[in-house]
Amino acid sequence: MRALGRIHPWSAVRHVLLLAGALVMLIPFIWMLSTASKPQTEIFSSDLHLIPYHFALWDNLKIAFAKADLWRYLLNGLIVTILIFALQVLVALPAAYAFAKLRFLGRDVLFALVVFCILIPPQATAIPVFLLLHKLGVLDSYIALVLPFTISVFGIFLMRQFFKTVPDDLIDAARMDGISEFGIVWRVMLPTAIPAVTAFGIFSVVAHWNDYFWPLIVLNSEHLQTPPLAVAHFRNNEAGTNYGPLMAAAMVIIAPLVIAFLFAQRRFIEGITLTGIK
Amino acid sequence: MAEIGIRALHKAFDGADVLKGVDLTIEDGEFISLVGPSGCGKSTLLRIIAGLEPQSSGEIWIDGANADGVRPSARNLAMVFQSYALYPHLSVFDNIAVPLRMKRLSALERMPLIGRLMPSRRRAERTIREDVERVAGQLEISPLLKRKPGQLSGGQRQRVAVGRAIVRQPRAFLFDEPLSNLDAKLRVHMRAEIAQLHRQLKTTFIYVTHDQAEAMTMSGRIAVMIGGELIQVGAPAAVYDDPQDIRVAEFIGTPKINAFPARVRSDGRLEALGHVLHATTPSPAGECRVCVRPERIELGASGLLSGTVVHLENLGSEAFVHIGSAGMNAPVVARVNDPSQLPAIGAAISYGFAPEAIRAFDASGKRIATSVPSRIERPREMAIV
Amino acid sequence: MSDAVAALQEVAAAPRMRARILVKSGTAGRSGAAYALAAPALILMLMMLLGPLAGVIALSLTDYQLGAPSFSWIGLSNYQEMFADRVFWISLKNTLAYVAIVVPGAVALGLGVALLIQSGAGLRSLYRTVYFLPVMATLIAMAIVWEFMLHPQFGLVNGLLRAAGLQGHSWLQDRGTALYSLCVIGIWQATGFNMVLFLAGLVSIPKHLYDAAEIDGAESAWSRFGLVTWPMLAPVTLFVVAISAIRSFQVFDTVQVLTKGGPSKSSEVLIYTMYTEGFEFFRSGYGAAVTVVFLAFVLSLTLLKSVLGRREVHYA
Repeated sequence: MRALGRIHPWSAVRHVLLLAGALVMLIPFIWMLSTASKPQTEIFSSDLHLIPYHFALWDNLKIAFAKADLWRYLLNGLIVTILIFALQVLVALPAAYAFAKLRFLGRDVLFALVVFCILIPPQATAIPVFLLLHKLGVLDSYIALVLPFTISVFGIFLMRQFFKTVPDDLIDAARMDGISEFGIVWRVMLPTAIPAVTAFGIFSVVAHWNDYFWPLIVLNSEHLQTPPLAVAHFRNNEAGTNYGPLMAAAMVIIAPLVIAFLFAQRRFIEGITLTGIK
Repeated sequence: MAEIGIRALHKAFDGADVLKGVDLTIEDGEFISLVGPSGCGKSTLLRIIAGLEPQSSGEIWIDGANADGVRPSARNLAMVFQSYALYPHLSVFDNIAVPLRMKRLSALERMPLIGRLMPSRRRAERTIREDVERVAGQLEISPLLKRKPGQLSGGQRQRVAVGRAIVRQPRAFLFDEPLSNLDAKLRVHMRAEIAQLHRQLKTTFIYVTHDQAEAMTMSGRIAVMIGGELIQVGAPAAVYDDPQDIRVAEFIGTPKINAFPARVRSDGRLEALGHVLHATTPSPAGECRVCVRPERIELGASGLLSGTVVHLENLGSEAFVHIGSAGMNAPVVARVNDPSQLPAIGAAISYGFAPEAIRAFDASGKRIATSVPSRIERPREMAIV
Repeated sequence: MSDAVAALQEVAAAPRMRARILVKSGTAGRSGAAYALAAPALILMLMMLLGPLAGVIALSLTDYQLGAPSFSWIGLSNYQEMFADRVFWISLKNTLAYVAIVVPGAVALGLGVALLIQSGAGLRSLYRTVYFLPVMATLIAMAIVWEFMLHPQFGLVNGLLRAAGLQGHSWLQDRGTALYSLCVIGIWQATGFNMVLFLAGLVSIPKHLYDAAEIDGAESAWSRFGLVTWPMLAPVTLFVVAISAIRSFQVFDTVQVLTKGGPSKSSEVLIYTMYTEGFEFFRSGYGAAVTVVFLAFVLSLTLLKSVLGRREVHYA
């Protein structure tokens, strides 16, 4: 295959095939942009064209922002994803440290439970967790969106694997310096784990920014909606009429992650493929 | 069986010259080592000979035919890689059989399932089995044939790699640092085995290594490469004793040769560390270096040079005395054959060397001729500087 | 007398014992700290994962309905009802069909793209970015874009078909094509993810193996693929297949927003059935029974995957 790379015709075939595939991958994005930039009359015409005759992106965006409080939804998304990630780290890091570097009775059994929990798909526990939140009286709130995800068993597993590679001498040195076990987690382990925490953070933020299932179940109030829920809601309200603003809204919803991705592809790909290990 | 000719070979990677015009003729059946520090281009040269890498310019001739554009497998050369490059999913038997299957079976016969049903394949497999078993017997790896490479020790993998190379009876063997992944003891053992293999097969061996001891002990000729150029080619003893370039002198031999800052006086005599030596050179006056191997340094009161003992290395059978001297950047190293008679660290010591031991190099590092004027007859002691 | 001896022994043993106690209290203090550090995680794990997991199985044996004042244990009645329900079987069949289409599609395309990208040097990172983009973009938003592209009258797909002189189609509104349309979206979204896993696998194949294959006479790209790439990639491939299957089993977003399982249940899938039963009709018990079936499938796949994932690539 490498030798063939030297031969020119193969290189051309490779590019033709990959470009064709890339076009298919991009068409929805292109069509979204194109539709979001077209006025109503051009959208509802049987004549297909990519570049709008009349550029209406700003109008469509204006309508989208007027019909739905998109800023609010983006803010909700931000609050929920950041909160989830912060709490996940707060909960998982000390546990990961204990599992990686401390000895205690039942450690291996408990860690086996952690590994088992990784296998549980999130949809499987939806009904009981919903009932629990109902009993606690916190449905339809930020708490309902955040609380079930504060525990990331995968996060514990990942960070534990990382902490295993930190030399014991570093920890013993910290103990000699009089740092408590709790202090070691935040002052010694966390700084060494920044790359792993970053990858996990990207994984977590992307998963929860894009999550539709859980917000759909626990939310009623419009003002709490997360971006995916908001765009679905927008679509249901405007069914079949306002495609321009709808596409503009979809664009706004995917923009933060897509832009972040384009700026730091390597880190994002690394972070998201963690789902693969999960 | 092949004579390999390398003509004005150049190779550049991303604008950096890796090979700067290499010319070398490798005789049929000889064992030649390409030796040099890492990054000198020796592995690149080997890969170009193998056909794994195209050259930027120049030619490779194999048995009088230009190998340009000839696929690696069609050159019929075998290669043993540093990492052995065994196929991890195949058994030892299948690893050794790969080159034979590729050569003797058609693409259709190699197909899984369908190929197995073809009678022609069954016939070919029988001869392949014979060949593989013969080679395995030769290398004493017959009991391992069913194992996977992951279940073998480093030395065993090495043998399997060699087996895969010899089974197809290639025109020449290319070795790319094949011993560098083994521990020191096994390495010495495998050196002997490879040399023995060469005597047995009488095929051309081209052996790349950064370990000058390996090159010295195994090969008929060594080719020293530094900075993308072949500096010197010759028998190991000749290269050791008669280096044509100071880089060769310094690379070959451990401990390193001692280099004294020196100059050529206007009367043609050499002068080192302020002492006029009993040696002359036809070279023009100017800066130069006088080099002497550690085993040619003589310790004792009769030596004109002096210093202090800064370090001792006692290896049991021999010892090295490191002497710090004024005017020298590095300590002078002298070999002592009897370690029971070592000076103490910190002791003042005199040393010298016979003028015949001098290898002198000019400011650019090229060897300059020296001679010992015979008209002045002096007692042996006086000959020492 | 014997008391005195015992006392003496005790005295002699005392320093050693004290030392042992000291050591013990050192580790005891540390193991106390360990429990304190792990406690929040373990409590939340019990509350949000293990408890609910047991809960969903228990719930499937009851007739509980959200808001009902009481419930009773009804044994396997929910399962009997489920297995007698035509919709459940349609849902299961559709889910399996979805998995059977999306997994081979997304795995083969992911592998193909990865091989193509890796076969040359040019534009590698550009291609990787483009193919990965659908994985990043919020699926719900892109599903809505797809819905518009598949719009019977004004959609891009039918527009292109008409331009080519072909008949358009109501892709999502036709019971014959709704599920397949969702499969296409599923493949579109999953290909890039698989591609990245395959690329990682390809990069980790030692380069020397290709050199050896070349020397050994594997002259065509195809024979090198057969001799080196495919066998070396086998563990990754098994892994990717398992992952794709698990993810496909969880298909929900596109169904919920685009077809609601319709038309006439033609795109009903397990998680959507669970969602409607559990959260629209609030039949928690019955919904839990559907969940248990889903769980059985996914857990067996996940176990398979972790067994395969743990298997080291056979190069030592």
